[in-house]
Amino acid sequence: MQPMNDALTRKIMAATQDGLPVCEHPYRVIADQLGITESALLEAMNNMLSQGLIRRIGLVPNHYALGYRFNLMTVWDIDDGEIQQLGKQVGQLSFVSHCYQRPRKPPDWNFNLFAMVHGRSEDEVNQQVAIIQRLLGSACSEMAQLNSVKILKKTGLRIRND
Amino acid sequence: MELSHLDRQLLNAAQKNFPLHPQPFKVLSDQLGIAEQEIIERLNILQQNKAISRLGAVFDHQRAGASTLVALAVPEQDIDAVAEAITALDEVNHNYQREHTFNLWFVVNASDQNVVDQVLEHITERFDYPILDLPMVKNYHIDLGFPL
Repeated sequence: MQPMNDALTRKIMAATQDGLPVCEHPYRVIADQLGITESALLEAMNNMLSQGLIRRIGLVPNHYALGYRFNLMTVWDIDDGEIQQLGKQVGQLSFVSHCYQRPRKPPDWNFNLFAMVHGRSEDEVNQQVAIIQRLLGSACSEMAQLNSVKILKKTGLRIRND
Repeated sequence: MELSHLDRQLLNAAQKNFPLHPQPFKVLSDQLGIAEQEIIERLNILQQNKAISRLGAVFDHQRAGASTLVALAVPEQDIDAVAEAITALDEVNHNYQREHTFNLWFVVNASDQNVVDQVLEHITERFDYPILDLPMVKNYHIDLGFPL
């Protein structure tokens, strides 16, 4: 993995993290702010995409405003030999927005798979959890659901350009 | 807000592969058969109504620096004060209170791993609670957007 170090890359991240303007020439607006040409910006962003620094460019819907009010962090203790294959399957479910393997920290924490699920009702979310449970079967020895009580902070990745 | 058929078309078409092109909305216009100006107007309305968080690049946090998910087990009587102190840290970009012994969950994000380690050190010096440091081992979600 290439760490991000290039100065232009940092500048572009700082200038675009709040989003592109919705107008006829959004990239020109950003390029003008950075003092580079539009084609230089497009080329640099294209490189960032192919290097994987940018995962995708697109609209980021506000799921909460669109009625997906119920989200749940689910955590699972999955057999080490099966996590690769099962993690991929869970990650492909349409209602799962994040699916990560993370280290166990015994004895306090034995869960190694995290899946964030989103639904429009509590019922829908419960059904989603049941679907994951069936998919994992006996490879999963324990699970927990961590409801969020309060969203205290939620911002995109902040890059300071300094 | 309620989405129209046009809104859904736009959101599903532009969640990924938003054109890297001098006139991206012109490209979308050609793909969808909707006038460029209509697309721009509609997206501005969706943005004003907060149906869209933003239009832009989704960065890979792992490659764009270093990050980890952290959990603290905070006694109930201290939770508000600790939550506020954690939220105030620049390097923290998500912070949730959750129903569990580990009741405060947040993401620490920085330009490199050294800074992430320093932030964790600062937190453990300041708060003497059980802590979990859970960096990502593997991402199993291919981000294709969210069907609407």
